[in-house]
Amino acid sequence: MFIVNYIKEVFGALKSLAVGLRRTMFYFTHHKEIITEQYPDNRATLKMSDRFKGEVVMPHDEKNEHRCTGCTACEVACPNGTIKIITKFEVNAEGKKKKAIDKFVYHLELCTMCNLCITACPSDAIKMAQTFEHSVFDRSHLTKVLNKPDSKIMEGVE
Amino acid sequence: MVEEIGTTADGDLIINVGPQHPATHGVLHLVITLNGETIKKVEPHLGYIHRSIEKMCESLSYRQFIYVTSRMDYLSSHINNHGCALLVEKAMQIEVPARAQAIRVLLDELTRIASHELWWGAMAMDLGAFTPFFHAFREREMINEIMEDTCGARLTMNYILPGGVLEDIHPDFVKKTKEFIALFKRKVDEYFELLTGNIIFQNRMKGVGILSAEDAISFGCSGPTLRGSGISCDVRKHYPYEIYSQLQFEEVLETGCDSLARYLVRLREMKQSIHIIEQLIDNIPEGDFQAKTKAVLKLPKGEFYQRVETARGEFGIYVVSEGGTTPYRIKFRSPGFSNLSALDHMARGSKIGDLVAMMGTLDLVIPDIDR
Repeated sequence: MFIVNYIKEVFGALKSLAVGLRRTMFYFTHHKEIITEQYPDNRATLKMSDRFKGEVVMPHDEKNEHRCTGCTACEVACPNGTIKIITKFEVNAEGKKKKAIDKFVYHLELCTMCNLCITACPSDAIKMAQTFEHSVFDRSHLTKVLNKPDSKIMEGVE
Repeated sequence: MVEEIGTTADGDLIINVGPQHPATHGVLHLVITLNGETIKKVEPHLGYIHRSIEKMCESLSYRQFIYVTSRMDYLSSHINNHGCALLVEKAMQIEVPARAQAIRVLLDELTRIASHELWWGAMAMDLGAFTPFFHAFREREMINEIMEDTCGARLTMNYILPGGVLEDIHPDFVKKTKEFIALFKRKVDEYFELLTGNIIFQNRMKGVGILSAEDAISFGCSGPTLRGSGISCDVRKHYPYEIYSQLQFEEVLETGCDSLARYLVRLREMKQSIHIIEQLIDNIPEGDFQAKTKAVLKLPKGEFYQRVETARGEFGIYVVSEGGTTPYRIKFRSPGFSNLSALDHMARGSKIGDLVAMMGTLDLVIPDIDR
């Protein structure tokens, strides 16, 4: 009886291996079932999803104007101290002093892409960009100023 | 505390597994006392990835502290976020719109499938089977793409806010999820075919790492680890949150108490998750995805506790509030920590080769253990 059981066990084991191997052979002969992205060779065609949180950017229009009023709502909302807004006073055409941003400093190395700054912004001045290749040789390159030089606030944004 | 190297007075060998051993997931350091090949004692050493998350949370507001919990159990980050949001909503009595609830539950279950898939591949790789890893990651990639479309991230979602979700679901969400379910149903059977029946796998799993029901309870195990010992403990059934009480699903129980039982619980749980998604995917209610909340969230004075069922077990958040904008004290009950404490008991007396199999079926995520 021992011998019979032993032989049964051996053949059962061989069968179980064959079942698993059948799966492997299926994929060996069905190349279309395999999905591999050839990164970085496909960089030209690779497109991230619209909502992908890559980094915070400040969109500017063609007149080099942005929508940031410098209210620091994003700075308060950020859990890591990623954003630092440096403000200045501008004198407008009527001679009134008005607060405006001097520098919108963004530390990408501290950012966790939690999206809280974008939800906090009352004037839709910042948004998430879909970039993902962030590696640089020096970490000082990761500290960015988001507003472009000589940019101004858009008309009508309070 | 044992010495970390050398031999004991009895002539037993002390060896270290980790913290950078490729067979462990993450930086888990085990100091093992061996008599020949037999394990006498396993002592986990923690602290390599401690970030003092609980202390950090004390200085963050109730919107900000949610993102930190993604960094704990990163494989079920969405469910962790969910638990935190539920706690704030319970304390402040915010009514969450039905649409947001359905979206949350849908994404919870997708996260659970993704987490179990990664576990399945990684555990098979621990045992020396390399192919399952690729099979699992191929399907997991589809979930990741769904997550990327809707939440904007693949791992640390940060999609849930107190009062609802960040954005409405992506227009492609329903279509893509349906495609995934249709495909995944076939793939689960393929997983069984590829690995479960395999004789080598069976011999390495059956009767290995016995954890009796009494021991599992006394160590505070939860989730699939406890359900593998035959104890019904699903938070979704016993303390239903969101819309789980209206959904039809069965709690997966196995009575084997060994590694194979824990393995089967997780594989069968994937099928139950699909079942939940199928019920919801065509019935997402119309309406808002975010309730109106105040700009500054202030919890009333008192103590609050909320539990959710993550892929690894019961995740609990305990908050003591003084009525301010930040918590006075916060405590996370992570499932991995309690599950790991049972490892020593399971491993004693067994061979060192089986240790990796036991660790694999506990589904350990080290940042979750070491907060």
